[in-house]
Amino acid sequence: MTKSELIEKISASQDQLPPKDVELAVRMILERMTHALVTNQRTEIRGFGSFSLHYRAPRVGRNPKTGDAVDLSGKYVPYFKPGKELRIRVNDSL
Amino acid sequence: MGALTKADLAEMLFEELGLNKREAKEIVEMFYSEISLALENNDSVKLSGFGNFELRDKKSRPGRNPKTGEEIPISARRVVTFKPGQKLKARVENYAGTK
Repeated sequence: MTKSELIEKISASQDQLPPKDVELAVRMILERMTHALVTNQRTEIRGFGSFSLHYRAPRVGRNPKTGDAVDLSGKYVPYFKPGKELRIRVNDSL
Repeated sequence: MGALTKADLAEMLFEELGLNKREAKEIVEMFYSEISLALENNDSVKLSGFGNFELRDKKSRPGRNPKTGEEIPISARRVVTFKPGQKLKARVENYAGTK
């Protein structure tokens, strides 16, 4: 499912808002979630899961072509932990 | 700073998009429930600019109760993983942090 399919599904399951408004709403939700991560604020959605930043320590990497050692500084990466309900529902579909 | 919640997102749609409170709450609910539903139907979800939710099937493997040392098989399972998009990763990497 893509972003535009998600917008279509939400539009189809309600009859109050025009698709344009649903599209704006979806974009705003994603932008707000992104902004939360960028400022290291957690997002917690009950049943769905939580988004947070995880720190990756500095390390010495290698240039795969030349084999040269490269110093890589520490960085933050986005992390999603699925909530209990989502975990169970997805696993039950197996 | 407290965590961002569905209530905060609904409040944002009310204030910035002018939806009424009930509509705002419904849209936020549907946003997460439609993503969940797709994942439950073994369909990955690709949100460009943000990231992809993917499904991985794990084989069963031998496990161990860490307290008793007793061997217990871990059953085969399906799990959700999130792969952040390039744009999100780049924006987050710039977070200097306090670490």
